[in-house]
Amino acid sequence: MSDITSSEDGFTRTAGRQLALFFLMAIGGVAALMWVLSIAASLTSSGTTTSQAVDAETGTVTIAFTTEPPQLDSTLATDMQSGMVLGHVMEGLLTYDANNEIAPGVAERWEIGENDATFWLREDARWSDGETVTAHDFVFAWRTALDPKRASEYAFILYPIKNAEAVNTGKLPLDALGAQAVDDRTLTVQFERPLAYFDKLVAFTTYLPVRQDFFENTDGKYGADADKLLYNGPFMMTSWVHGASLRMDKNPHYWNRDKVKLNTINVGYITPDPNARLNLFKDNNIALSGLTAENLPSALENRWQIHRFVDGSVFFIEFNHREDRVTRNLNLRKAMLLAQDSAELVYKVTKIPGYLPGASLFPTWLMGVDKPLREEYPANLPRMDLELARRHLDLAKRELGVDQIPPLTFLTGDNPISNIQSEYFQAVFKKNLGLDVKIDKQIFKQRLAKMTSGDFDLVLAGWGPDYNDPLTFGDLFASWNLNNRGRYANPELDRQVRIAQSSLDPKTRMDAFGQIQQILIDDAVIIPNYERGSVYVTHPHVKGVLRRVIGADVDYTRAWIDTGA
Amino acid sequence: MWRYTLKRLIQGVITVWFIATATFFAMHNVPGDPLANDKAVTEEIRANLEAKYGLDRPIGEQYAIYMKNLVRGDFGISFTQQNREVNDIIKEHFPISATLGILAVIFAALGGVLWGALTALYRNKLPDIIIMFLVILGISVPSFVFAGLGQLALVNLNDLLGQSILPVAGWGTVSHMLVPSLVLGLGTMAYLTRLMRSSMLEVISADYIRTAKAKGLPATRIFTRHQLRNAILPVITVLGPAIAAITTGGFVVEMVFAIPGLGRYFVQAVQQLDYTVIMGTTVFYGAFLVFMVIVVDLVYGLVDPRVRLE
Repeated sequence: MSDITSSEDGFTRTAGRQLALFFLMAIGGVAALMWVLSIAASLTSSGTTTSQAVDAETGTVTIAFTTEPPQLDSTLATDMQSGMVLGHVMEGLLTYDANNEIAPGVAERWEIGENDATFWLREDARWSDGETVTAHDFVFAWRTALDPKRASEYAFILYPIKNAEAVNTGKLPLDALGAQAVDDRTLTVQFERPLAYFDKLVAFTTYLPVRQDFFENTDGKYGADADKLLYNGPFMMTSWVHGASLRMDKNPHYWNRDKVKLNTINVGYITPDPNARLNLFKDNNIALSGLTAENLPSALENRWQIHRFVDGSVFFIEFNHREDRVTRNLNLRKAMLLAQDSAELVYKVTKIPGYLPGASLFPTWLMGVDKPLREEYPANLPRMDLELARRHLDLAKRELGVDQIPPLTFLTGDNPISNIQSEYFQAVFKKNLGLDVKIDKQIFKQRLAKMTSGDFDLVLAGWGPDYNDPLTFGDLFASWNLNNRGRYANPELDRQVRIAQSSLDPKTRMDAFGQIQQILIDDAVIIPNYERGSVYVTHPHVKGVLRRVIGADVDYTRAWIDTGA
Repeated sequence: MWRYTLKRLIQGVITVWFIATATFFAMHNVPGDPLANDKAVTEEIRANLEAKYGLDRPIGEQYAIYMKNLVRGDFGISFTQQNREVNDIIKEHFPISATLGILAVIFAALGGVLWGALTALYRNKLPDIIIMFLVILGISVPSFVFAGLGQLALVNLNDLLGQSILPVAGWGTVSHMLVPSLVLGLGTMAYLTRLMRSSMLEVISADYIRTAKAKGLPATRIFTRHQLRNAILPVITVLGPAIAAITTGGFVVEMVFAIPGLGRYFVQAVQQLDYTVIMGTTVFYGAFLVFMVIVVDLVYGLVDPRVRLE
């Protein structure tokens, strides 16, 4: 017996040695394979190069993106990431300065009259191939954006220009657009109606210039790659490896190049995972990273430079005001508005740092005549009052002729914050009003489809600004606005929107916004939830990074590196 | 052999056609509007958008056009990345996913075979118990946990050493590939270890092993030629689907390690109802899977001469 065991042990030992040999061979084989792969990878060079977050010698700052821009054709761009890149590599007639005030861009001088505007372009504005930026480039860009065949989703932002809507809907030819290049350096624009905020509109992405000859040489792929785009901004894109990296170098032809301190903005990583970005920041690979509620304590512990930022968007519950919906009943809407508290939502439920409790459709950062709009026209949203809420609910039941309000359909997105938010409101309305709320969770595209067709009672919605004027929020609930998905219609609100659109007197316009704000509260059109914010950390050596609610965010155009700090 | 290969290839083409057709009709019946976006657009622009992507035609005609383009290998232009061809997306990003996937499979296969053999050799002893415990972990813990932990470990390692030994994320050099591919291959490695162990145990007690020992064959020869070679067959069987699964299933790992692979496009396309990218990636991955299964069947015949390809 012992003999057999010892021979078994001997076999095991020999076989084990053989196995160990195989292990070593495997490791060697894998190492050799990886070496071959590394050569192959360096030949195709499709990827990131590992570098420090901040390189003072070369003037390079490395950052990460959450997603990459879908493409960089300014006439088609709709998203924030495209806005960020285009804000660095392009420049419009006008732009925003460090204090978010309108500043000269390609136009050195401009005059905005009641029904028209004239822009005088600077002589030294250049494209990245050295040619002059002319008035024709703007006219071409605007016509391209309005071309019905191109079906640009943001064409509507050009509608204040004379005939723009008719051109966009194919009723008039492209050259009927009310914008002309008088000569290379003079651009005139006619308006559809008197327009007080055209200076802010022309700072928007869709208004950026496009040069015709270059555009037509890209074979329908304008903006799809780094070499398929011509630049006139402080930076120019020198490489774009899709999904992996994007590099912006200082543009030597930019007229204001002396003000640009950084040589290179290197987008070295693209990942939607916030923890991955924070890990990159920890490892000194990127210069800026957002923080989530969970990793805020560790950031505090590490004594990083933590900043707060309200990103400009407001979020709210929108009611469906269509005929066949119970939410058309004012008392029901009032009851629900009075039965909840946005401060509780923000501070006790979502608990995401940087968020502000919602009180109005108009966010706190919008400017009024001299001071912030919300200071000049405070939003007197009623406080949570359960007794009053229940009285409104009883009235609603009587008006609707029911003993119990039928279950309400609450349409939401399928992201984590929407889940928390919708479940919170479901519980609140049940507890405080005895209302049954059914959550209808949908993916982005289906939520939009249902919002448009009106297949909801309540929907979690949000709105972000396009230009720095309260009208970017103010006309949302106008009866003709396609984004008014609950189909709220109120002639008095429409009248105020028209005043705000066409009046040239700041005080009259702000009064109108004040009125709109009050109507939205009195009519309980929406339940304001919060103003979205964020908390982020930056590398101590990077200075002058701007966060913007409008335009390129994050803005590195004025940033510099200071290793002394 | 050649007739067999041809037969399998024809079957493969039919399978891919079926995948393409099923995906096409399933996709068009998924609720949601592929052209909807944050900002509502007017009827006119909507109509122009539909015309641009051919969505204004009847579904049968769309299918016919789609199939015609598919035969020519043209998947069309992405809905979300409006100026980019789906072919370019696959061409640029699949090699990255494939590199990552193949490395992961190599790790998984080598690790699985070696650990499996080791556990069988030392069954019910300490190495067996430890490895089998780790195997249970590897099978039950999802890859995003390992990805997150792996990355955190890298950050802490670099922090501890005061310099970047291995990059935390990104792509381009071998040092970028090492940890993500290990993480990606971990689940499969655990599964293969178990498979190899049970297969090996079966072989060890087989009659021909006893005969070999009785004949006095050297231990190394018995172990490598008779035990390992026979035990490895089931592992090869599952390797084909595993290669396809790993190569296509790296989405989470790609996301965490900021790797520009195809997985990200695959998943985002479904979320965004980007019809052309959904079709392109699904058909491509489907064809890839079918191809891998055929390849494995052919390789099987090479490894085991007893298998006749008929």
